[in-house]
Amino acid sequence: MSLARHVDPENIISHLHPDGKRQGAPGSHLTPYSTDYASQTSIPKYRIPQEGAPADAVYAMLKDELDLDGRPTLNLASFVDTYIEENAQKLMVDNIVKNLADNDEYPAMLSMSERCVSILAHLWGVQKGEKAIGSPTVGSSEAIHLGGLAMKRRWQERRRAEGKDTLRPNIIMGANAQVALEKFARYFEVEARILPVSAKSNFCLDPDLVSENIDENTIGVFVILGSTYTGHYESVEVVSKILDEFEERTGVDIPIHVDAASGGFVAPFTHAGTGSQKWNFELPRVKSINASGHKYGLVCPGVGWIVWRDESYLPKHLIFELHYLGGTEESYTLNFSRPGAQVIVQYYNLIHLGFSGYREVMENCLANARLLSKSLEAAGWYTCVSDIHRPISTSITAAQEVKEAVKSTVSSSGDEKRETSADYTPGLPVVSFRLTDSFRNEFPHVKQDIISLLMRARQWIIPNYALPPKEDGTEILRVVIRESMSFDLLDRLVTDLVQVTETLMGNDQADLEILQSQHERRRPKVKKGADDKKEGEEGDKGGAGGYKQAGKNVGKRMADGIHRSVC
Amino acid sequence: MVHLSSVNHKDVVDDKLLNAVKKVHLELANDEDSFTSSVYGSKFAAFDLPRHEMPEKEMPKEVAYRMIKDELSLDGNPMLNLASFVTTYMEEEAEKLMTECFPKNFIDYEEYPQSADIQNRCVSMIGRLFHAPLGSDDETGAVGTSCVGSSEAIMLAVLAMKKRWKKQRILEGKPHDSPNIVMSSAVQVCWEKATRYFEVDEKLVYCTETRYVIDPEETVNLVDENTIGICCILGSTYTGEYEDVKAVNDLLVKKGLKTPIHVDAASGGFVAPFVVPDLEWDFRLERVVSINVSGHKYGLVYPGVGWVVWRSAEYLPKELVFNINYLGADQASFTLNFSKGASQVIGQYYQLIRLGKHGYRAIMSNLTRTADYLSDSLEALGFIIMSKKSGEGLPLVAFRLKPDEDRNYDEFALAHQLRVRGWVVPAYTMAPNTKNLKMLRVVVREDFSRNRCDALIADIKLSQQLLQQMDRESIKKQQEFISKHHTSSGKAKHNHPKYRNEKHSLQGKTGKTHAVC
Repeated sequence: MSLARHVDPENIISHLHPDGKRQGAPGSHLTPYSTDYASQTSIPKYRIPQEGAPADAVYAMLKDELDLDGRPTLNLASFVDTYIEENAQKLMVDNIVKNLADNDEYPAMLSMSERCVSILAHLWGVQKGEKAIGSPTVGSSEAIHLGGLAMKRRWQERRRAEGKDTLRPNIIMGANAQVALEKFARYFEVEARILPVSAKSNFCLDPDLVSENIDENTIGVFVILGSTYTGHYESVEVVSKILDEFEERTGVDIPIHVDAASGGFVAPFTHAGTGSQKWNFELPRVKSINASGHKYGLVCPGVGWIVWRDESYLPKHLIFELHYLGGTEESYTLNFSRPGAQVIVQYYNLIHLGFSGYREVMENCLANARLLSKSLEAAGWYTCVSDIHRPISTSITAAQEVKEAVKSTVSSSGDEKRETSADYTPGLPVVSFRLTDSFRNEFPHVKQDIISLLMRARQWIIPNYALPPKEDGTEILRVVIRESMSFDLLDRLVTDLVQVTETLMGNDQADLEILQSQHERRRPKVKKGADDKKEGEEGDKGGAGGYKQAGKNVGKRMADGIHRSVC
Repeated sequence: MVHLSSVNHKDVVDDKLLNAVKKVHLELANDEDSFTSSVYGSKFAAFDLPRHEMPEKEMPKEVAYRMIKDELSLDGNPMLNLASFVTTYMEEEAEKLMTECFPKNFIDYEEYPQSADIQNRCVSMIGRLFHAPLGSDDETGAVGTSCVGSSEAIMLAVLAMKKRWKKQRILEGKPHDSPNIVMSSAVQVCWEKATRYFEVDEKLVYCTETRYVIDPEETVNLVDENTIGICCILGSTYTGEYEDVKAVNDLLVKKGLKTPIHVDAASGGFVAPFVVPDLEWDFRLERVVSINVSGHKYGLVYPGVGWVVWRSAEYLPKELVFNINYLGADQASFTLNFSKGASQVIGQYYQLIRLGKHGYRAIMSNLTRTADYLSDSLEALGFIIMSKKSGEGLPLVAFRLKPDEDRNYDEFALAHQLRVRGWVVPAYTMAPNTKNLKMLRVVVREDFSRNRCDALIADIKLSQQLLQQMDRESIKKQQEFISKHHTSSGKAKHNHPKYRNEKHSLQGKTGKTHAVC
């Protein structure tokens, strides 16, 4: 027998277990732990049990099992909000039964959703005389599908009116795009022109490549406000100017959809904004914007928003009318019945926090993110790929920066004037960092994913992944600073990161290899069996061509079947 | 004898008012933001809530909570809403469990592996319930996923059928630009949405005055080489009748057609397996490739969960499935949504193991009994019953007035009258080609007990008597009044003028009502 025999724990338990079947019906019991499920019988996993079980026992079993889930607060990988105010939670509980699709039954909830759309349209700079229109969605994915579909339909209508073919629509996005954007292209049969990113473009959409890839079949450009990799804002205004020039030259009007999933609730509130650039409806070319309420909108998962600047950008025959007991309701969504409590909490947040409340939260997040970035760079082993901690006048050298960082960490809060994000490069409160080149030369055996793994052992979740294609030789560790990541926790995080790195420096290669192989085995088997499918090759999309720059690298990434960032 | 009361002099009245107003102004606190009495003593209670623009300043949390809570009390009472299939009752323990899981993001498998595992267990249980083939390797054996609801599930299923058909056509070197799908004209609006958004032509099987479901023969005759699939509904939203999936399947087999069937079991998927286990509608039929079901209908979970299961991975083209790498774990995902709450999936698992087959059967049997009782009572009151009884359809009662009677009111007037009593019983115009048949529908849900059923019957009788005494003119007037003031969507201003009166859907073309589900 080989030493590396694989042990299946489930098998052992089922062998050792005296009897898999439960004896008789569940009788009376004192506590949940005196029922059969406590020891005699395993909780049903793959088929509905014939007989049920007492409510408190099932509750206790499930609650205990769910303790194995991670701790939301220490999950630094996700943008999704994990803190919920007590009052907001009360509102969620009170309204958990309400169905957002049932307009006639829940008019008050519906009017709150209307108000949220209206408030967001104003927040995103809707212009006078325009009739903005929008909708709550389950999240930004649904919103992106809806925004993209409206663009596709407008393009088709225009082409048909001109008597031209509508066979080969395409859409432009950067390789840093979240998976939802690619999904849209795949599901709605639009060729995705995924432009490679580079250090020059801050690993975001490169405006120079945009002008080379647009043509009369381009239904629109997805511009991302807040790249999930590094938190940089893509320059909406620059892309808009390029498209203006293109229209002047060719007469083809290409719209912009801004995917502000994370940035839509950050940029408007922070002092930094998006720098000197415009990003919202102030630019006439921006026709629609989406944002996730459950990210920096500070609501728990299940709400997103999409707003079109004017009703004329939403083709009429995409809208369905629902008649109901004398009333009429229009609907443009992919989901129908769904919970409405999140929409109520969104409204609660908007009026409870107000503009200044949101500003405080976002400024705090950014301040903490700056502090983390500076501390990491001050430690000397890491360099940040994100830029939010760099002052706008970026002429200072790295050495000066370190000095400054030390100074600002040392100096207490008693300073005369609190600094704001306005002095720094705008971006999301995200810290993306990697080991410095000199560190990697000195300790070539220390891999970044081991840092991620060891931090996991200390309960922190910090993902390590490669940058988008063309730059995928570089791996980054990413920390998302949410509102619950307070100063105190940050302190612990920096200490733990330093300790972990020091430990690694002291270990030799052999130890680390064992650790890594253990990690491979430990990976959770999610979506097991037939469900676990690799995404296929490019299929019908590959042959279409059309990439002027992308070519092979895009193919490689897709062939890997891996979309690295989660939001 | 009436109480006598003096009529005050005009000055007296005015003076009092004026003084009172003055006093209020004089005693107003200087510091408007602080409140000590209660939220109703704060300045916010005297102002309208912000509607169109974000307020500059924040608002105390108690005030914001109370104001919103008060406003929400204008929403209807879910218990009296007999229009919707969506669950409105869950046990306290289930509610607690779901509350604890609010902040969990379902898509975050790495962070919440246990929640993900629970989804897999639900898929497995539901797949087995539908007699899904169990595979020994990766290619055979059913696959499935959770969704936000049946709408998403149906869109995913249509996408899969379309992609599979297209691949086949490309392989054969044939054109693939005009796919179509065969379905009943009584489908839920999301089928129309799916065909519109994914550019698939609809081939409709029309209902008639006596038949409210598809005719298998006619359905199969509509199939051609461009048909990506057939939709069969297990439980029409209008009459709750189950469509004859077996007959469609057998005809396809007889004719040697390979056309796949998708069963839309949004409501019936959790009823039929318990009430009529012998009815063959699921994966026991060889042409059925995918089934969707709503967890938040007879799955007995609060809104936000649906399920879709495919017979095997073969029917789910690979290019639709995206893989996401996250902290070293590959996750295959096929959804239109991404981040969403995990509560409902956990709630579903709770119900499945808490109730077991026995519990579900007990609940569904009770519902069927209540529906039968209501049918019989309404029949006795002189209505024509359009729905099926004794488990041959969903536990709902669809009924209409006798056509030949001399009467001043119609079904819509009766619905409005019941609305005044607090009941939401919708009136619909049936699917096209049924001569605009009107009907009323009562959905019997878990919390609709026999006792409440009796109350409803009494109110229907009362409303009918009242309407009988009124003449045509006053009924019309009253109806207008109610639809303006009692129904919320009548009052609503949010309807967009541009999209009003669309003419592109079945509803716009034929006057059929998109039934609520």
